[in-house]
Amino acid sequence: MTQHTVASFDAELKELQRKIAEMGGIAEKMQSDVIDALMRQDIRLAQAVVAADPALDQLQREIEEKAILTIARRQPMAIDLRDVVATIRIANDLERVGDLVKNIAKRILALEGRFPPQSLLAGLNNMSVMALAQFKAVLDAYIQRDEHAALAVWERDGEIDHLYNSLFRELLTYMMEDPRNIGFCTHLLFSAKNIERIGDHATNVAETVYYLVTGHNLALERPKAEAADVTAPPQA
Amino acid sequence: MSHDLGPAVRDMRRYAGRARRNRVWMGLCMAATAFGLAMLGLILGALLWRGFTALGPAVFTQTTPPPGAAGGLLNAIVGSLMMSAIGVVAGAPIGVLAGTYLAEYGRSSPLAAVVRFINDILLSAPSIVVGLFVYEVAVRPMGHFSGLAGGAALAVIVVPVVLRTTEDMLRLVPTQLREAAYALGMPRSLVIRRIVYASARTGMITGVMLAVARISGETAPLLFTALNNQFFSADLGAPMASLPAVIFQFAMSPYKEWQDLAWAGALLITLTVLALSIAARALTARSSA
Amino acid sequence: MTVPALPEKITVRDLRFHYGASLALKGVSLPLHERRVTAFIGPSGCGKSTLLRVLNRMYDLYPGQRAEGEVLLDGHNILGRDVDVNLLRARVGMVFQKPTPFPMSIYDNIAFGVRLYEDLPRAEMDARVEAALRGAALWDEVKDKLGASGLSLSGGQQQRLCIARSVAVQPEVILLDEPCSALDPISTAKVEELIDELKERYTIAIVTHNMQQAARVSDFTAFMYLGELIEFGDTSTIFTAPRHKATQDYITGRFG
Repeated sequence: MTQHTVASFDAELKELQRKIAEMGGIAEKMQSDVIDALMRQDIRLAQAVVAADPALDQLQREIEEKAILTIARRQPMAIDLRDVVATIRIANDLERVGDLVKNIAKRILALEGRFPPQSLLAGLNNMSVMALAQFKAVLDAYIQRDEHAALAVWERDGEIDHLYNSLFRELLTYMMEDPRNIGFCTHLLFSAKNIERIGDHATNVAETVYYLVTGHNLALERPKAEAADVTAPPQA
Repeated sequence: MSHDLGPAVRDMRRYAGRARRNRVWMGLCMAATAFGLAMLGLILGALLWRGFTALGPAVFTQTTPPPGAAGGLLNAIVGSLMMSAIGVVAGAPIGVLAGTYLAEYGRSSPLAAVVRFINDILLSAPSIVVGLFVYEVAVRPMGHFSGLAGGAALAVIVVPVVLRTTEDMLRLVPTQLREAAYALGMPRSLVIRRIVYASARTGMITGVMLAVARISGETAPLLFTALNNQFFSADLGAPMASLPAVIFQFAMSPYKEWQDLAWAGALLITLTVLALSIAARALTARSSA
Repeated sequence: MTVPALPEKITVRDLRFHYGASLALKGVSLPLHERRVTAFIGPSGCGKSTLLRVLNRMYDLYPGQRAEGEVLLDGHNILGRDVDVNLLRARVGMVFQKPTPFPMSIYDNIAFGVRLYEDLPRAEMDARVEAALRGAALWDEVKDKLGASGLSLSGGQQQRLCIARSVAVQPEVILLDEPCSALDPISTAKVEELIDELKERYTIAIVTHNMQQAARVSDFTAFMYLGELIEFGDTSTIFTAPRHKATQDYITGRFG
């Protein structure tokens, strides 16, 4: 993209993009840490994840303020307008992702002393790895301004939903087997739901990136996996 | 150095030399101005002194006297007014119409360029040449001098002045104003008469007033056309007196009474020109305010 | 396209325009939809004003300016030799960059144009003048001084007077050539509000250097560059997701 006649406009946009990348980095680290904490039953790491979240909130507020200032000062048009709007939307998604990760970390802290068996965690781990991969891919798509990569992320969202549905049934089975499992299974269920929603945010970002690059909205219909299944969990 | 003008090292000798040259140059300019103003002051002083001394009711009520007798300038004043009126009534419309052609229709056409060039020559032509011309085309065929011929000569002087100011004033009217009128579906003649003239009106009137001021002091063209007349005459077919011609004749004479009347006449013309100039200025100032 | 097919008030087809030897419009084709606002944008010298001045044949005033191609007003080519330009201009009004009140009273500024084509009784003329001034949102400000000179008004009022003057002759199309570039923001807002109201009755074309203004007031936008039409489309698309890089570069301030 050629430079603006007003160079400070470019600097403002770059600064916004840099802050998004910074937020993305923090959120990504929180996600991978929370998986490790869960798998290794590492309470201290979980605490560190909780402690990392305020930084994300702070960055989100800064981005919002700067973006509003840029709109007020530059009255951006076309690609610039989409760029600024995209930073606001993505910052929002990243901030929500941080909240969801923090929520998982808190559940790890609540599980202290009565950790579920590793076999139960495997499914959650699979989901997390996939969600994290989606998340990384979509951040790359944003930084590279690559609408094809964004579209690929968007199309893969159904896979996480698939995993979530099967994990949901698995946990349901455990709970029915033995009511004493209900406690940690509920925590795991909510964690799974959170990971599924992280996947949704990655999809949101993918849509934003696609709009940012092409100017077109992706079809409103999302690639959802669930069919009319009575055992399917309610969708938020 | 007595005063410090800043951190930069300055070459004070160069500066002092420049300041000195500046003072010398300014002194010369002021001396020239003072000289010019002094001349003007002396002329005006003499004119006001001698003119007002000679000015009395008789100047406006009696005709020019024979040598050595007392009298007035009535016939000359009336003659000047009549011939100037003819000059303006005949010359101004021609000037306005020709100026309109140059500004509105011709603009950059070759014909307009020729007309403009000829007009410039006419504008700066010695007025005695104009007098000779009218003498050849009017006085000789008619066989005698006449007030009508005098008016015609003045008209020839009025035309280029009015033409020039009209064109200039019309050109000052913004193109967008014309276009705005055309944009309503207005035909050209109406745009010019109702919109362009209305915008340029004060400027055009100023031009005519300046032309009147110019001809009210003309002597040379009248000597060849209206000649002069010692008696009161409002007959345009006969020779006619005029202030400039009378001043010329009386000022050259050895008679005290005639010389006094010449001063009075000169004062009258000067006051008329002054009044017209002030009026023209006031008009321009009001329109630009 | 989200915009339904609209009747075309004016259709420009392969318009080429010559200033003497230089070609200012190189085959421009676009529609002006009825009762919609179409904005012409582009850098100085792109031909947008030239295009506007073809639509009421203002260029006719100047020798050496020549248009080729077709401009259809309700299906009739207005570039033909047999077209009476005065009648055409009564149908296609124009408002200019600088306010151009005539040197006469406010009342006469408006009545003058009307009298050209209509012989109205006094009462009807009064009503027409009032309607035009109301239409231009100027009535309340001048109703007590209709006899005052049009030049005594402020710049913004003068411009609205000029719009009222155009409206009073009941044209079908109104051309606005940078109508707000000499106005302060409040006057600009009033004129923009006016454009919004006028488009209920008139087809409007506006040339503007103010990108935001084009985005605010127009339904369609034509981006022109070096005498060519680069992009034409509905305004919401042009200002959020233009198709052409040149359009994008221009409206985002990346030109030159």
